[in-house]
Order: sequence, then structure tokens, then C-alpha cells
Amino acid sequence: MSETANHAGQPTSGGAEIDEQTRRDFLIWSTAAVGAVGTAIAVWPFIDQMNPAADTLALASTEVDISQIAVGQSITVIWRGKPVFIRHRTPEEISEAESVSLDQLPDPQTDADRVVKPEWLVMVGVCTHLGCIPLGQKQGDSKGEFGGWFCPCHGSHYDTSGRIRKGPAPTNLPVPSYEFTDDNTVLIG
Amino acid sequence: MSGGTSNFQSNSRIVNWIEHRLPIFSFMDAQMNQYPTPKNLNYFWNFGSLAGIVLVIMIVSGITLAMSYTPHTEYAFTSVERIMRDVNSGWLIRYIHMNGASIFFIVVYIHIFRGLYYGSYKAPREILWMIGIFILLAMMATAFMGYVLPWGQMSFWGATVITNLFSAIPLVGDYIVQLLWGGFVVDNPTLNRFFSLHYLLPFVIVGLVFLHLWALHMHHSNNPTGVEIKDEKQDTIPFHPYYTIKDLYGLGLMMIFFAFFIFFAPNYFGHPDNYIMADPLVTPPHIVPEWYFLPFYAILRAFTSDYWVYQVISLGGTLMSAKLAGVIAMFASILVLLLLPWLDRSRVRSSKYRPLYRFFFWVFAIDCVILGWVGGLPPEGVLVTIGQWSTFWYFFHIIIIVPVVGVLERPKPLPDSIAASVTGATQAAE
Ligand code: HEM
Ligand code: FES
Repeated sequence: MSETANHAGQPTSGGAEIDEQTRRDFLIWSTAAVGAVGTAIAVWPFIDQMNPAADTLALASTEVDISQIAVGQSITVIWRGKPVFIRHRTPEEISEAESVSLDQLPDPQTDADRVVKPEWLVMVGVCTHLGCIPLGQKQGDSKGEFGGWFCPCHGSHYDTSGRIRKGPAPTNLPVPSYEFTDDNTVLIG
Repeated sequence: MSGGTSNFQSNSRIVNWIEHRLPIFSFMDAQMNQYPTPKNLNYFWNFGSLAGIVLVIMIVSGITLAMSYTPHTEYAFTSVERIMRDVNSGWLIRYIHMNGASIFFIVVYIHIFRGLYYGSYKAPREILWMIGIFILLAMMATAFMGYVLPWGQMSFWGATVITNLFSAIPLVGDYIVQLLWGGFVVDNPTLNRFFSLHYLLPFVIVGLVFLHLWALHMHHSNNPTGVEIKDEKQDTIPFHPYYTIKDLYGLGLMMIFFAFFIFFAPNYFGHPDNYIMADPLVTPPHIVPEWYFLPFYAILRAFTSDYWVYQVISLGGTLMSAKLAGVIAMFASILVLLLLPWLDRSRVRSSKYRPLYRFFFWVFAIDCVILGWVGGLPPEGVLVTIGQWSTFWYFFHIIIIVPVVGVLERPKPLPDSIAASVTGATQAAE
């Protein structure tokens, strides 16, 4: 006990003083470190609550009946709150998409890498620039210079495979993971 | 704070009882009555107090709107329409809040350009200036999130485009965007958190304003000559009644201007598309932010892959994408103002005595107006080039012209003191 009292008061010799300093430094720094780590751990839940909640994540897949989509027609369905374009492509569109050489593409990807069955193009209809919905789904829409989709916000042109060809968008329209559960049904997500 | 010296005395026993325990009366007396103020301030010095009053108006109208507003994607738009049609005086409160945001930015932009013209950012007022820039940033965040709340088409698509900017950040960009949205698109979780933050941030601004005034009262107001107060008796007058009455007169003028918009042109600053309820599947053909963001939007859009400034800073396109460069430039256009006190090498504050700087000041002001004009139009043809050169000039002015002019310029002779400037004596005349 008397030793502790001594430490708090005046040290008795030079050696004790140095000892005192390092012990006190150690205590200060370890307290600060524990405090910093503890604060970081305590703050995390308050940030993490902003991430998608369990029910938002649970809406992760969508089933679509495609039997009514004629050749040359498109529909838009909602998956995770985003529009997904499903297009029944014409033979011309398919051959056009397949014939483009990769060095003409800002984000090179073959058409075969973007489809499961060539006649069905399924992709997320959100411009990869800043998130607008490109035109080209409806009959009268502008389809851009490459016959696919055109984003009016800042002028991005997509081809018949949904690949970026011209304009500020950096990448192709993304293809979600999907499968054909039978000939008439697509399961997205 | 170094206010005026207070000789505060009261006959009221209650006041004296409180004063003895919390000296709030002598404090307010020193800071708001006796407070010594340069005697030569012109009307540009009204805009600080005007900004403070508009902040109070925004908080009062906002809190009362929140009593009838519902932050849910299915009800937000209709709840605002209900405020407009059914809630007693709801239309008035909403129009006050909507136009108040524009008035707030008009007042604050004039206040900032006043500081630029009279060199108010220079020592010893650097921190005062920097707190002001933080207030501007907080105002922008508040106004951006407020505009999302009515859940119209511009609300939704503005929020989509602006939050998507963060996806330009390498590696973590998409993760950050998801964190902001609380989902995979702008949706109900986004609207909820924006409402929460829109309610919070104005009170953060109040705190910042308090720090701003604390820093101001340390060294007092600058003035049109830029010469510091030398003799309190000769150079200053007490804030009350001289400047309380002048501020009150300015307030009257501002309220007439404000009321004109509320009652005769309430949707002048707005966009008609925001009276269409948000539709996540249909993008309006031309998305524009609110007018007060347009210069910054123009800077953002100036960065296309063939813009020479982009080519230079990205080392020929290798360092970063044009999208990322645009985002960085947009934030940098405000943050660079934090460095202004150190970029300006001139020891003379006021442009009145700096003919060369004064010329460039006006070029810069016009440049900002051009940026705002370009930002509101579709980026086509010659507008792209104009936007790109104006963006270049914005940064060139702050980073190159300001320091170089500060060193090269020969300022005109300064008056000996504020009092001398009023009587017309200058150093040269000695
Ligand atoms: C710095 C101060 C503030 C600014 C600059 C600001 C700005 C805005 C803006 C631009 C809007 C959109 C108006 C429209 O187009 O309809 C808005 C809406 C709204 N604000 Fe604020 N606001 C401020 C303070 C507050 C405060 C303190 C509250 C309190 C809760 C609030 C509550 C609301 C509500 C409920 C709406 C939605 C109703 C509507 O759109 O009219 N605001 N705000
Ligand atoms: S969002 Fe599509 S081009 Fe900008």
C-alpha cells in the first residue's frame, strides 16, 4: 500500500521516476486504445442500420412468365425495386449483336456472355452512368444510334445486346443472375 | 468573446438574481448592444443577419410542415398535396419553406461574395471564413434532402442521379451507394433517412452559426476599407441602436422580395415535374437540380472523356474515369475555398484598393453566373465547350490568379484608419 502511495506522490529516485513515466504512458495509451476500439465497435451498429434490411434483402428474386412476349417485343419487370428489361430479340438483332468486334466496345463483352438463350435478352434497365431508365422498351421510343436503348439523361447509347457504345456511361447494362425454370418462365435473382 | 464592455445594471431583483448565477444579461448586453461595430459598414453587411433570420424562418416553417408530412413513398406526395389543399394555412407554410430555401441561398451567396470582394477571409478571420464554408456545405446537404421529401419526379430522379455519383469512388463506391439507399434503389428507406437528416441538419447549422459568431466577435467585423479597428472610440459605434435599425430596414426589404415570390410567383424557382408523383420506371427527359446547385452541376458535367483538363489531371485517362474526375471537381470547387486565406498573398484586404484583383473578382463572379446558366441547359453543342472553359476558369482563378495577383499587384494607398477614411485622409496625403 505504501508503495502505491509513493508512486502517486514524489518518486524517491531517478530510476523510479523513469519507471513511473513509462508505466503512466502505458496506462494512458492503452486506455486510449481500448477507448478508440470500443467507440468504433459501438458506432458500427449505427452505421450498419443504414444497409439494406433483412426484408429488403428477402425480396431478392422474381418469377416472370414470358410466354406472351412476341418476337420483337419487350417487357419491364421489377426486381429488387429496379426495372429489368426482358426482350424477345429478332434474328436481325441477334446477328447484329453477335457480329460486333470486341475492339469497338468501350466495355468489351461478347453477346454470348450476356445471354442464356440468344433470343432472350434479360438485363437491369438502369443506365450505368447515373441511374436513369434508358428509352427503347416501348414502340415509339428512341432506340439510339445502335438500335438498342438510349438514355436521355446525358445521352448514352446501348446496342441490341445492351452494351454501351457511345456516351458517358462507363459499362454495359448489367445482366442479373437468372435461369429458365421452364420454357415459359424466368426466375431472376 | 471580445464584445463591448458591458456596464450592465438592472433594478429588477429577479434579473439580478439570475445574473448573479448565470451572467447571461451582461453577456447579451456586451455582445448585442454595446458590441463595437465599424462605423462605415455598407448594405452588404446586412446579409449575415438576414441569413440568420431566414434560418429561423426555415426551422419554424419546417417543424410546422413536419406536423402534417408523412415520410413514406406511398403517402409523401399526397401528404404534401393535403398540406397544400386541406391543412389550414398549409399552402402558405409550404410556399414559405419552398421559396425560403431559394432566398436562403441568394442571401448566403451575396454574403460569400461580399467576403470575397472585401477580403474578409484574411487573417485573423480564417476560421470564421472556414466555418462559413462548412455552413454552406451543411445547407446544401439539407436542401438536397429536403427536395427529395415531396417525392415528385424531380425529387426521385435528382436523388437517384446525385446518390449515384458516389458509385464513381473506386472499390467501395457501389457499397457506399447501397448504404445511402438502404436498398438497391432510391426507395422508402432512403426517404425515411433523408427526412431524419433533413430535420437534424438545420440544428447542426445553428451550432455552426454560433461558432461563426463567436469567431466574428473575437476580431469584429471587417469593413469596406479592410483596415482594422484602431481606436474603438473613433472607428466604431455600438451595434444597438445603429446596426439593429439598419438590419431591420434591410430585413423589411428582403421580406418584400420574399413575399413577392410566396404570393405572386410561388413556383418560379421550382420545376413543374415535381408536381408529378415519383415514378421509378419513367425518367423525365431533362433532369435539372434546383437553381442554387446549377454552377456545381455544370462543373460535374464538364468532365467528359475528351475534356483537356480531364486528360491532364488523369494523366491521359489512366488515373481515373471522367465520372470520378467530375465528382472530385464538384466537391473540390467548394473545398478549395477553405484554402483561400492562404492562397491570397496580398496584405491588403479590400478590393477598393486592389484594382487588378477587383477586375478579376468581377470576371470570377460572371464566370459563376455562366456556370449556373450552362448547368441548367442540356449539355449539347457549344454549351459543352462554354461549360468546360468556365470550369477551367473557376479553378484557374482561385488557384493561380489569386496568389499571382496578390504578389504582383501594387495596391492603392490605404486610409490611416476607418475614421480617416470617413474624413477622406489617406496615407499618401500625410
Ligand atoms: C436549413 C434549413 C432548411 C432548408 C434549406 C430546407 C430546405 C427544404 C427544401 C428545398 C424542401 C423542398 C420543398 C418543396 O419543393 O416542396 C424542403 C421540404 C421539407 N422540409 Fe425543409 N429545409 C430546412 C429546414 C427544415 C426543418 C428544420 C424542418 C423540420 C422538420 C424541415 C422540414 C421539411 C419538410 C417536412 C419538408 C417536406 C414538405 C415539402 O416538400 O414542402 N425543413 N426543405
Ligand atoms: S444517367 Fe444515363 S446517360 Fe447519364
